[in-house]
Amino acid sequence: MMRSRDILGFATRAATAYPMRTGLMMLAMAIGVAAVVLLTALGDGARRYVVREFSALGSSLIIVLPGRTETGGVGAGSFVTNTPRDLTVDDAAALLRAGSVTRVAPLVLGNSEIAYAGKLREVMVIGTTPAFADIRNYTVAQGRFLPEEDWRRGSAVAVIGATLHKELFGAEPALGNMIRVGDRRYRVIGILAASGSGLGMNADELVIVPVAAAQALFNASSLFRIFAEARSRDAVPGAKTQILDILKTRHDGEEDVTLITQDAVLGTFDRILGALTLAVAGIAAISLAVAGILVMNVMLVAITQRTSEIGLLKALGATGSIIRLVFLTEAALLSIAGALAGLLLGHLGAWGLRLMFPVLPAYPPDWAVFAGLGTAIVTGVLFGVMPARHAATLDAVDALSKR
Amino acid sequence: MAQIELDNIQRIFQLGDSEVHALQDVQLRIDAGEYVSVMGPSGSGKSTLLNLLGLLDRPNDGHYRLEGRDVTTLSGDEQARVRRERIGFVFQSFHLVPRLSAEENIALPLLLAGISPHDRKARVAQALNDFGLAKRGDHRPDQLSGGQRQRVAIARATIMQPAMLLADEPTGNLDRATGEEVTQLLEALNGRGVTLIVVTHDPHMGERAHRQIRMEDGRIESDSQRPAP
Repeated sequence: MMRSRDILGFATRAATAYPMRTGLMMLAMAIGVAAVVLLTALGDGARRYVVREFSALGSSLIIVLPGRTETGGVGAGSFVTNTPRDLTVDDAAALLRAGSVTRVAPLVLGNSEIAYAGKLREVMVIGTTPAFADIRNYTVAQGRFLPEEDWRRGSAVAVIGATLHKELFGAEPALGNMIRVGDRRYRVIGILAASGSGLGMNADELVIVPVAAAQALFNASSLFRIFAEARSRDAVPGAKTQILDILKTRHDGEEDVTLITQDAVLGTFDRILGALTLAVAGIAAISLAVAGILVMNVMLVAITQRTSEIGLLKALGATGSIIRLVFLTEAALLSIAGALAGLLLGHLGAWGLRLMFPVLPAYPPDWAVFAGLGTAIVTGVLFGVMPARHAATLDAVDALSKR
Repeated sequence: MAQIELDNIQRIFQLGDSEVHALQDVQLRIDAGEYVSVMGPSGSGKSTLLNLLGLLDRPNDGHYRLEGRDVTTLSGDEQARVRRERIGFVFQSFHLVPRLSAEENIALPLLLAGISPHDRKARVAQALNDFGLAKRGDHRPDQLSGGQRQRVAIARATIMQPAMLLADEPTGNLDRATGEEVTQLLEALNGRGVTLIVVTHDPHMGERAHRQIRMEDGRIESDSQRPAP
């Protein structure tokens, strides 16, 4: 019986004897694998980028929403009323008593009109407290953020985003000037540093006023949200319980708020982008199937070209299984070489991607690399089986008479 | 017991609707070490006979005993083994693998038999010497002359030390002088005890054999023994 090393050697010689054919086949396989590696690197890079950005916002953030979104059992409170109570500034202030909570910022949100020197535009207004800047990591480029004061007082001052500043004031100094928002006038005391678009709201186009000022502006006594920051990431679950307890007591024993943590949002994004990466990998894998069909074609052509050689091998005493093995080995070798070349190509592409977009951590995930390589080799061998069997069953006399 | 015993061999090819009797009722005994030429016009069945003797083809009926063993009933793999160990082929068109060197072509049967690389090397070197190819070992077939190619092919056919050599028009693609050289080489091998069966059109070559078989329409027309010299 033929030695496996000799089979390997013979197949290698056969593969390298036709460089054009071998090169084309390897290229097809390489493009498939490179596509998988590169696209998953892109997808996974995007996922990591989003996760990192989210984490930068502070993963110890807890957002309190009015109203319940979860179904609960029957509590004492449920007999009293079904309509959720609004969140108030006093609720927010009460949260500061929770031991695991370090910062609290109430949030009022609304759209209004902003005007300065005859220029007018629609703008998003946020009413909050000084802690909000720390919670959202805002930096002030000029002036200062909202002053520490009684949350119910609401002095007529405003901090504006960088874009807004440019549009309203241009090159003029803005600090100290009066702007009109809705029917009220505010003195500009600070300008936020340009931050690019944040998630959800663009800080560059915001007007931030004290919470009481915003409530007066929108004529509302309720809050849109309360942002609370736990002492650390590990303290988040404890802080949640404490927040719930405090609000439950304040709302006559009814648990009528919903808490969202950064982790939950993060997890959702993580899942969505992970699924996206998987989908992209699947699409790229189709090109591997195409490459597999190409392997089959090339091997069939090779067998037609080498028919007389197959006849000779049979005359020299090669069994059908030896011939099958020789051609299968050749197909496998070509697939493996192509897959490895593709891996190199994909990593090179991902490297180029990282060079072009340094913020994007475009590294292909390990599973994608293994899946890409595995699929390439399996399809190559699988599609090599049919041609190899065909070669093994050729009639020796007919094969020998072929030129 | 003869080395080769053919009894009532029938070989029928289906060509469309018609049947072609390539071999009809062939009876043949060939002893070990004989030198036999098979001649006859095209389509007389001489190539079919050679393929059958070389186990590349199976008869539709009849029995073929090789060295006392009925080989017609062997499985494909067992027949391959017999070809590998007992039979050497020499073809008109040499059938060398173009991408392999002379050495590697000669080593092919050893490769298929699973002989170790070390033994292979020694045996191939010996064969290259014996066939006057010592300086041509690393040449590819397209770098060799016709006569050298056929010598490589004969070296390959004999490297496993087979019991018989089957040659199908071995000088058909060679000029007269080279053909003579190759014929002498084959006869020398026969002189060392290998059975030599040559299929040929060339009457000159056919007459050199000690035993001459003429075929016509799938039958053996005449089988004459030349008196020993």
